[in-house]
Amino acid sequence: MSRALPVLTVLAGIVVLWYAAAVLMNATWVHDQAERAGTTVTWAEVIPQTMTQDRPLLPPPHQVGAELWQGLFGQAVTSKRSLVYHAYVTFKGTMMGFGLGIVAGVLLAMAIVRFRVMDMSVMPWAIISQTVPIVALAPMILTLSSQLGLEGRDLPKAIIAAYLSFFPVLVSMVKGLRSPDQMQLDLLKTYGAGETATFLKLRLPASMPYFFASLKVAVAASLVGTIVGELPTGAIEGLGARMLIGSQFGEPLIMWAALFAAAILAGLLILVVGFVERAARKRMGVPL
Amino acid sequence: MTALWLALGFWLAAWALNVWLAGSRLSQTGPGRALVPLIFGATVLVLWEGLVRGLGVAPVILPAPSVIAAKIAVELPVLWQDFTQTILKGAIPGFLMGAGAAFLTAIAIDRSPFLQRGLLPVGNFVAALPIVGLAPILVMWFGFDWQSKAAVVVVMVFFPMLVNIVAGLQASERMQRDLMATWGASYWQALWKLRLPAAMPFIFNGLKIASTLALIGAIVAEFFGSPIYGMGFRISTEVGRLGLDMVWATIAVAALAGSVFYGLITLIERWVTFWHPSQRH
Repeated sequence: MSRALPVLTVLAGIVVLWYAAAVLMNATWVHDQAERAGTTVTWAEVIPQTMTQDRPLLPPPHQVGAELWQGLFGQAVTSKRSLVYHAYVTFKGTMMGFGLGIVAGVLLAMAIVRFRVMDMSVMPWAIISQTVPIVALAPMILTLSSQLGLEGRDLPKAIIAAYLSFFPVLVSMVKGLRSPDQMQLDLLKTYGAGETATFLKLRLPASMPYFFASLKVAVAASLVGTIVGELPTGAIEGLGARMLIGSQFGEPLIMWAALFAAAILAGLLILVVGFVERAARKRMGVPL
Repeated sequence: MTALWLALGFWLAAWALNVWLAGSRLSQTGPGRALVPLIFGATVLVLWEGLVRGLGVAPVILPAPSVIAAKIAVELPVLWQDFTQTILKGAIPGFLMGAGAAFLTAIAIDRSPFLQRGLLPVGNFVAALPIVGLAPILVMWFGFDWQSKAAVVVVMVFFPMLVNIVAGLQASERMQRDLMATWGASYWQALWKLRLPAAMPFIFNGLKIASTLALIGAIVAEFFGSPIYGMGFRISTEVGRLGLDMVWATIAVAALAGSVFYGLITLIERWVTFWHPSQRH
């Protein structure tokens, strides 16, 4: 692995910077305390004190790590304090949105490739839809679904996630379904293949590499959508809600732990999708 | 009920018109290309209006477009104040600072392939993370006013931009770089005359992604604390009082701002990267 060393160096650099920033930012509090007590502190005394505050401005990495460990493994996974539980809630929302987004993206792409009028009228609006900041819609989607008598937050969260994740799938699928060249299309015509057969036997298989390439982007977008869906409206479950609770109760450690749990979840999702992509490519005989 | 039938009738007629337009010769020309999506957009609005009126949908569930338009006209000063706070003070300065910082970082690590190989995977990974989660932390650090919003935008924009700029700086070909070397071009000359122009398509791709992220960041940050104006503040408070017409009015402004922002970047891109195959017509 020629990439491991540089990556590790960069990560180590980030940790060092983080510690330095933590000392600088938390030192203010220590100085204030000392001033109030009427004593002075030297830097040698300040630094240890910046590492162990209950409510630091910037928690140093080991505190975040401890909180994360406590949240992940220190509780029963069904406990409301367990990050595994909250991560599972977020994961569920992400998967529902991801599924919905894939279905919507693929169906729209099929219609766009088949009907010229769909291409001309819908495609520009699909692009514009992504310039609309979805977060503006998030609180409204949540109230709307509760007005309509839908129980729970799963569906509105999934809609927000799907809104963000359908677009990469749509763009890639349109490209993929159009990727067979004229020669191949002509060949199928000489075989007497109809519209359906051409689609199933040529266009769909040809689009698969494009499809899998878009999934990685889509799953990350879906996770962002789910967390955004949990953030603004006083949700009580999920990683986004954990961040909100940390913010409202002034508990930075909860926020940071939730943030890192979200990062781990994102990493796992991307890893799994990458694995599926590789397996599918191997199965279809596409060179990696 | 008549409103509903009228709307449905309009929809069918407009759809038939669009099908005819798409098949006709007009669709090869510029105006024809613009007309079809415009008709489609208008149809959606008419259908929405007809559905709301025909079925008597309560305004707390979905206000009609005409109601929203009236609200925009009445509340223009408030909407403008929100727009200045969120977009002009939060999103755009943050966008410029984040993109600028990414650019400087990319140039700084340009001479070290070691750092690049380390930073690219890390940057790619961070770019996929839900960075919006940093919003409450940054609001805690920088206070409720626009500074914290700009900070959230800086963080959200930085990594996607960095990854795109670093990739772009590697986009020039070996042959081209060798040619610069035979001309005795210095590092900075080669950067300025060859590698930066070659990186432009990548940079603009990054800018387009970042423009959407900037608006999201600025609005989300306001959910965690803001002065008593701003688009995120307006949305979250009006949702609480079920003033959905105002929410939709703000969303319309956000959508317009987002599209104009994106459109501006596309225009500049067309002007800067006129030589690129995707821009030739």
